[in-house]
Amino acid sequence: MNSTVALLLCGPAALLATAILAAAASRLAAATRLVYGATLAISAVLLATAASHLAGNPGEASATLPLGLPWTGARFRLDGLSAFFLVVVNLGGTITSLYGLGYGQHESQPHRVLPFYPAFLAGMNLVVLANDAFSFLLSWEFMSLASWALVMAHHRDEASRRAGYIYLVMASFGTMALLLAFGLLAGPAGTYAFDAMRTAHPDRFAAGAVLVLMLLGAGSKAGLVPLHAWLPLAHPAAPSHVSALMSGIMTKVAIYGFIRVVFDLLGEPAWWSGVAVLLIGGVTAVLGILHALMEKDLKRLLAYSTIENIGVIFASLGLALAFKANGMASAAALAFTAALFHVLNHSFFKSLLFFGAGAVLSATGERDMEKLGGLIHRLPVTSFVFLIGCVSISALPPFNGFASEWLVFQAILRSPELPQWGLKVIVPAVGGMLALSAALAAACFVKAFGITFLGRARSAAVERAREVDRWSLAAMVVLAAFCLLAGILPGFVIDSLSTVTLPLVGERMPVQMAQPWLSIVPIAESRSSYNGLLVFVFITISASLAAFFIHRFASHALRRGIAWGCGFPDAVPAAQYSAVSFAQPIRRVFGGFAFRSRETVDMPAPGALEPARVKVEMHDVAWEIFYQPITGAIDFATERLNHLQFLTIRRYLTLVFLYLVILLLVLALWP
Amino acid sequence: MNGLTFDIAHLLAGSLVLISFMMLYQDRLFALINVFALHAVVLALSVAWQAYIQDAHHLYITAAIALVFKAIVIPVGLHRIIQRLGIHRDIETAVGIGPTMLAGIGLVTLSMVLMLRVTPEADPLAREDLAFALSIILLGLLVMVTRRNAVSQVVGFMSLENGLVLAATGAKGMPLVVEISVAFSILIAFIVIGVFLFRIRERFDSVDIGALDDYRGERR
Repeated sequence: MNSTVALLLCGPAALLATAILAAAASRLAAATRLVYGATLAISAVLLATAASHLAGNPGEASATLPLGLPWTGARFRLDGLSAFFLVVVNLGGTITSLYGLGYGQHESQPHRVLPFYPAFLAGMNLVVLANDAFSFLLSWEFMSLASWALVMAHHRDEASRRAGYIYLVMASFGTMALLLAFGLLAGPAGTYAFDAMRTAHPDRFAAGAVLVLMLLGAGSKAGLVPLHAWLPLAHPAAPSHVSALMSGIMTKVAIYGFIRVVFDLLGEPAWWSGVAVLLIGGVTAVLGILHALMEKDLKRLLAYSTIENIGVIFASLGLALAFKANGMASAAALAFTAALFHVLNHSFFKSLLFFGAGAVLSATGERDMEKLGGLIHRLPVTSFVFLIGCVSISALPPFNGFASEWLVFQAILRSPELPQWGLKVIVPAVGGMLALSAALAAACFVKAFGITFLGRARSAAVERAREVDRWSLAAMVVLAAFCLLAGILPGFVIDSLSTVTLPLVGERMPVQMAQPWLSIVPIAESRSSYNGLLVFVFITISASLAAFFIHRFASHALRRGIAWGCGFPDAVPAAQYSAVSFAQPIRRVFGGFAFRSRETVDMPAPGALEPARVKVEMHDVAWEIFYQPITGAIDFATERLNHLQFLTIRRYLTLVFLYLVILLLVLALWP
Repeated sequence: MNGLTFDIAHLLAGSLVLISFMMLYQDRLFALINVFALHAVVLALSVAWQAYIQDAHHLYITAAIALVFKAIVIPVGLHRIIQRLGIHRDIETAVGIGPTMLAGIGLVTLSMVLMLRVTPEADPLAREDLAFALSIILLGLLVMVTRRNAVSQVVGFMSLENGLVLAATGAKGMPLVVEISVAFSILIAFIVIGVFLFRIRERFDSVDIGALDDYRGERR
């Protein structure tokens, strides 16, 4: 057994032990500090181990424990891909634990959170390490159940219970799809070790079926449209630091599962598999961000925005599949690196934004943006780091979101070299969808930041808000720093990812750290290059100059206003721009097909005194097209089958008898 | 194996099927029990004949059990129960006799077709025996399905069990035949007749299993 793997396996074991201790001691006052401190330490050790493995590039290491299936054992393996995702998981785990040290103090029922939090972290670590189908599914299901328990932490809330139920149903559906996919991969011989699956190449139909099942299984966990319906319900229902873990990290574990099977175990892809993943990714990105724009609940907005980012990542993975199928290894490496880079970036800024939302929630007790506003005066540090998160997720330079989305578009621009006409047409179309979703994301986060932090307070609770504790602020500042660092040093991240891309797509991106002045050149100098540092310096200088000139010259100019108007146009806070009014133009443009929205104006008769009312009706199309018919059919069938509960004994005997006779008839008539 | 032994085994098994058919059209309980006693006697003869031709002496025990227990003790006991419960006049078939007989013919055809198809290389005696045994089992199930009364369902179950014993003895070298038949007999004797009937008698003053449905508060 390799010592690195052994150390990495001790981590989840220690986390599980923490979970058990937390269950025993969760009612103690010091339990919150102890549990989050322990997970912080364990995650930091795991992070250091995985990062040093990724940086040192010593190849693969594996271990087999005498647990699980008797002829397979519990196999674990560490390679570039799992090391990278271990870094993502444990970086998130470390910072979330840091945040939890402060945020966890506000938890009203800590015994419902503390035991499951370390277990959730352990489950995610084990999924990434697993090297046979049994361990993988077991860890996956463990991760799902632990996160379900965390969603149900506030179970007295009706909405949380509903979210938990839908999440449980979707999670078991996803695991069923994964189970079938592994069954197909194992083949008739039933070899459940990943090493054996890697060498056995399934035929075309089986490979296609595995791809579809992985899109269903991993996609439902990651939040692909139309399997996303549970995500905006479940992620916000959990405590905010757990929301950050679920949205920022668990969706990445789902992406790991997809990459592990489709890029690693399945062998050579067919070109149309890229088309399927691309299209689903593009549609997911656009629909996710449109839903986010329509939201006025801050945490649900963030959850929908996760769906958009998952769409971007899947589109990029689809592109990598298409390039790989056509033997364009360097382009595949570019698209694949872009996807992984975005995985890392999204884990940074989505955690940061959920932490910010949690800070707003603990300071004001509100998630509804229509009741917030003006928080920049009350929570100056939180609003600053939240702004950095918003800028990063809107893919504005010099932050990290721009770097990874720019790489995605660089990969899309290589699509004319693809031989299939279908791909030549579809890839630019998906590129257009991604560009649209990037623009909408910017609008969405202008809204999220502007309505929440700018303007004037819309409720009394906001006016009394106080800045949150130091642990939470430290966690958010660290993440904001990561966002900036990954944005101005993208070459470092890209070079670290080379050990991941090389075995999976057969090529790596050119070495970026060798470029002068921290530029990145994904293809060739003549085509495109980006220098985050230069942009950062330019923006800093120009913004400082602009601020200087405004303060130096503009502030002294004479301005006139209404007497006693205090410079505001209207004294009522409700007259400000609201979240809904900000989104209204976009709803007018896209609402017709995306939400089947309808606006009706209820105008009173002339002379009547009641106010006119504008009603907006919106539908979740995916819910109505996919979920309601299925639940309806299940209800119908169970209602009919319910009668079987109440038959007479003779009728039961008759049923058994008829079944026997039918079986015998089949046997008799079988050719 | 000479022709005569085969013919006699065939005759006995065939008569069991015939008697199963006779059970199908009995609509009085006493008549049904009498026919069942006849069924058990023929079974005992058939098992004894198998014991003789296979030279398997332990099968004589099975034959003796069938004769004493199923042909004498249980029918006498059932007669008494019926008299005590006063249900000897009940006419209790749920399905008409015509359709039941047609269904029975269909079942026998099915089992013949099936058995002769799936066992082409088996010993012809065992093959015929199995086909007849399957017919008896299916006819016993048919009796259970088409009757409302608990007593006649027990009779149907016992004729089904006779089919099982016939199948077990027909194949040469079947292990634990005696033990299985003993176990079955004990099951019927104690659980089914004793507990089942007296429970119904105490609680509902009837042996019509429709009363159970009323007790469960359900509609028919």
